[in-house]
Amino acid sequence: MALLEVKDLGVRFARRDAAPVDAVQRVSFTLEKGKTLGIVGESGSGKSQTVMALLGLLPGNGQASGEALYGGRNLLALSQRELNLIRGDRIGMVFQDPMTSLNPFLTVERQMTEGLQLHRGISRRDARQKAIEALQRVWIPDAARRIDRYPHEFSGGMRQRVTIATALLTEPEILIADEPTTALDVTVQAQIIELLRELNRELGTAIILITHDMGVVAGLADDVMVMYAGRTVERATAQALFENPTHPYTRGLLDALPRIDDGDGTHDIDAPLRTIAGNPPAPGEAIEGCAFAPRCALAKDQCRSTRPELEPIAGEKDGWRACLRPVDEMMEVVR
Amino acid sequence: MNTSPSTTAPTAAAAPRRSRSPLELAFRHFLRNRAALVSLVILGLIIIACFVGPLFLSNDPTANDWGAISIPPTLSGQHWFGTDELGRDLLVRTLAGGRVSLEVGLLGTLVSGLIGVAWGATAGYIGGRTDAVMMRIVDMMYAIPYMLIAILMMTLLGRAFYLVVLTISAFSWLDMARVVRGQTLSLRTREFIDAARATGVSTPGIILRHIVPNLLGVVVVYATVTVPGIVLTESVLSFLGLGVQEPMTSWGVLINDGAQKLESMPWLLLCPAVMLCVTLYCVNFVGDGLRDALDTKER
Amino acid sequence: MSETATQRTAGMDNGSAGKPLGGGAAGGRARSGAVGEPVLTVRDLKVHFRVPRGAYPWSSKATLRAVDGVSFDVRRGETLGLVGESGCGKSTLARAIIGLTPVTEGSVRWRDTETVSEGRRPAVAMERLRKDVQMVFQDPLASLDPRMTIEQIVTEPLKVQRPGLGRDETHARVVTMLERVGLGAHHLSRYAHEFSGGQCQRIGIARALVGEPQLVICDEPVSALDVSIQAQIVNLLRDLQRELQLSLLFVAHDLAVVKAISQRVLVMYLGRVMELGTRQEVYGSAQHPYTRALLSAVPRPDPATERTRTHAVLTGETPSPLNLPSGCAFRTRCPEAIGACAEEVPQSISRGTGDRRVACIRVAADPGRAQSGV
Repeated sequence: MALLEVKDLGVRFARRDAAPVDAVQRVSFTLEKGKTLGIVGESGSGKSQTVMALLGLLPGNGQASGEALYGGRNLLALSQRELNLIRGDRIGMVFQDPMTSLNPFLTVERQMTEGLQLHRGISRRDARQKAIEALQRVWIPDAARRIDRYPHEFSGGMRQRVTIATALLTEPEILIADEPTTALDVTVQAQIIELLRELNRELGTAIILITHDMGVVAGLADDVMVMYAGRTVERATAQALFENPTHPYTRGLLDALPRIDDGDGTHDIDAPLRTIAGNPPAPGEAIEGCAFAPRCALAKDQCRSTRPELEPIAGEKDGWRACLRPVDEMMEVVR
Repeated sequence: MNTSPSTTAPTAAAAPRRSRSPLELAFRHFLRNRAALVSLVILGLIIIACFVGPLFLSNDPTANDWGAISIPPTLSGQHWFGTDELGRDLLVRTLAGGRVSLEVGLLGTLVSGLIGVAWGATAGYIGGRTDAVMMRIVDMMYAIPYMLIAILMMTLLGRAFYLVVLTISAFSWLDMARVVRGQTLSLRTREFIDAARATGVSTPGIILRHIVPNLLGVVVVYATVTVPGIVLTESVLSFLGLGVQEPMTSWGVLINDGAQKLESMPWLLLCPAVMLCVTLYCVNFVGDGLRDALDTKER
Repeated sequence: MSETATQRTAGMDNGSAGKPLGGGAAGGRARSGAVGEPVLTVRDLKVHFRVPRGAYPWSSKATLRAVDGVSFDVRRGETLGLVGESGCGKSTLARAIIGLTPVTEGSVRWRDTETVSEGRRPAVAMERLRKDVQMVFQDPLASLDPRMTIEQIVTEPLKVQRPGLGRDETHARVVTMLERVGLGAHHLSRYAHEFSGGQCQRIGIARALVGEPQLVICDEPVSALDVSIQAQIVNLLRDLQRELQLSLLFVAHDLAVVKAISQRVLVMYLGRVMELGTRQEVYGSAQHPYTRALLSAVPRPDPATERTRTHAVLTGETPSPLNLPSGCAFRTRCPEAIGACAEEVPQSISRGTGDRRVACIRVAADPGRAQSGV
């Protein structure tokens, strides 16, 4: 059952003295109840702006278009007041930098109970109890005492867990995590990934996970959407995407990853890393045709003039790709 | 082949395009600031008028036109700004005085700017005890009552033009030094300074080639703020009778004279005063514009 | 750092494309000495900072042990990867070696010259060091002076380190170097902000290499770059190393990237060496519990593997370097810690042939045990 249905989402930023920038163009996806969707892309791909638009958190010069149906209503059409009732309650959010997403002037307790009191109308004492339980659930030791501390007294990993706990207090249906582990050490990241996995399993919260780290996606996501220059280039289940990427960009991205395992022995550690030539386009650069064409080995003339639309992948359930060249051609070239 | 098969397409080299330095970008940004641009133009006109104007006017600032004493400003006839009680044309005197005031202002700013930048950048970059000592000297100089020293110097050394400039500059560099030091402290931690140190650039080399060029933004802005200050200081000194000597005149001197004759010949005060105010306003707007223009590029 | 630049300057930066340097340019200085001999020797290096405990000028000071007794060699023509999480001291170590951070104790020897001894550094040796040891920094854009053109940036090292070269020769070397890293002569008059992150890093590499150093210390050179650009820069560094017979000290927190570029790897934790060995030894048969936990924590980009393998998740947080645990620094989080771990700092024992070291008393006591388990 689709919890969130996004159709043709676009985000445009107005610029003084310059043409507006289309940071996100015609992005569509659905989020199923209890599932995890990973949105992957490098910088400039528009992945963060996509979720910011959903939550109405775009900066002043940003304008969202399209549809985002949640609970029968289009999120993009709601006012800030209406969104306030949903944000922090039905939809929780976790940001990248735990240092700035927590208010340094309030104790953790105050920050956590504020949302609860607001959305649930319960008393401070009950809210505090719930908050302590939430902290325990995210493995914060000695939660009952720690809750009265200030954010700067926690380490980065713990702060992120506090943020997650806060987001989960209201038992949201959807948790949006924007690069939740990028700023953390790898051992701490492993803890957070484990935590999110468990929470998804136990509470059934659907998660939208935004990241540039394919490893994190592999560990958490059921479905994956790959974005490039503000557009979706591929969408598939995680299994299918990693095993059989059908878009040249996805393939290039996966090939460019240095591996820590030797895999099935086919990986030659001394061979040069496979790269994608060139650079991603600057945000706002108006591109005709396929955004990836300048860097793509398969590109033909039509790629530079016609913009590819998302089309289902033959033989794959829930698989979509936006590429004018046939899949077989890509497979051949790789081999 | 280094590249995976999906990536063999080469990227075309960009056609050579005129590249823009951060200063150039700032300049373009500045041009978009209407108020600053207009002020710059007005300022330009005033400067041209003061330096070149008197050459074109038939009147001499010291000539006495006994036939036209104390006449108020009239646009027809010879004396557009009127004359004073000695028949000297006020317009020419205002322009000549403007030249002196502006010279003092610009020269004074230049001198105090050089001292301030050198002092502040060195103190800020070297840090530690050197910084502490240098800034304590600045603090001590702040504590000295400036006017007293100025009066002393003027009285003892005389009132030659360069001495006026020197006296004023002697204390105006303090602000610049502080501002520059603050900016240097933040620059010092930036990675390109580390890179320069790792390359082996000497300390003076780093200060001159890396710190100072990156300070220019702040320095230019602060300089435009210093100019009015110096011009005003000169005016105050003149008001006290300690400014430039006859036959040179300055806005300060004119304002001083004019103030004494305010009731009978108000134009003697008003004309130079208005010129002074307009000039200072313009410098301020230009300074604002510069600050905005350079701010966005500083990150 | 995002890949945006106000004006994108497209260059020839596919893979590590660029004109290889001819034999002449690379052989500018005689490279004597056999491949494999140590060029950089670090012994018991310590970098400690005194930090005030409270906010007042009179607050007592605590010692922050950023680097607490590190020893290793870097050999000619090899890449030593220095890996660890944040706070392990790897960046401080890199900066101390090159002289950006003062050394508290210990020695750094370049070839046979004593360059550092207990915080004092002879000036003559320092200059010599600059010609031979250079650095590539983490933030590509921030490491370039925003007010200098690319030409000025890449020329500066030559002016400082090789002042004798004429103008023409200097210019020629600058252009050659730029082309070698995949940029072109037409980029000379541009400014740093006009380039993308990957290109800025190429400029940084050109600057580091133009003076023909023998050792390049890379401090997280690809951490701020996108994955597809990381691969380009890693390839570039590998090629340059081979061509110029450079030694590299590659500092990073990304284990996979370190594996791709290093021949030997050193693992640090809280300022100390936990494990040192060849790439195969450290990644294939890691013995120190921390190394094993680290390797286990890295997510693999393969859902089938990632979801089914056992993750050795460490509990707790890294202690503060202001307050190191007694004995082994890792014991507070180590799944195999015993009482004796708190008693003394484990010395890293060389085991087997070569410089294989593991700083763990349990491994030292029972070498075989590390093979079983996770």
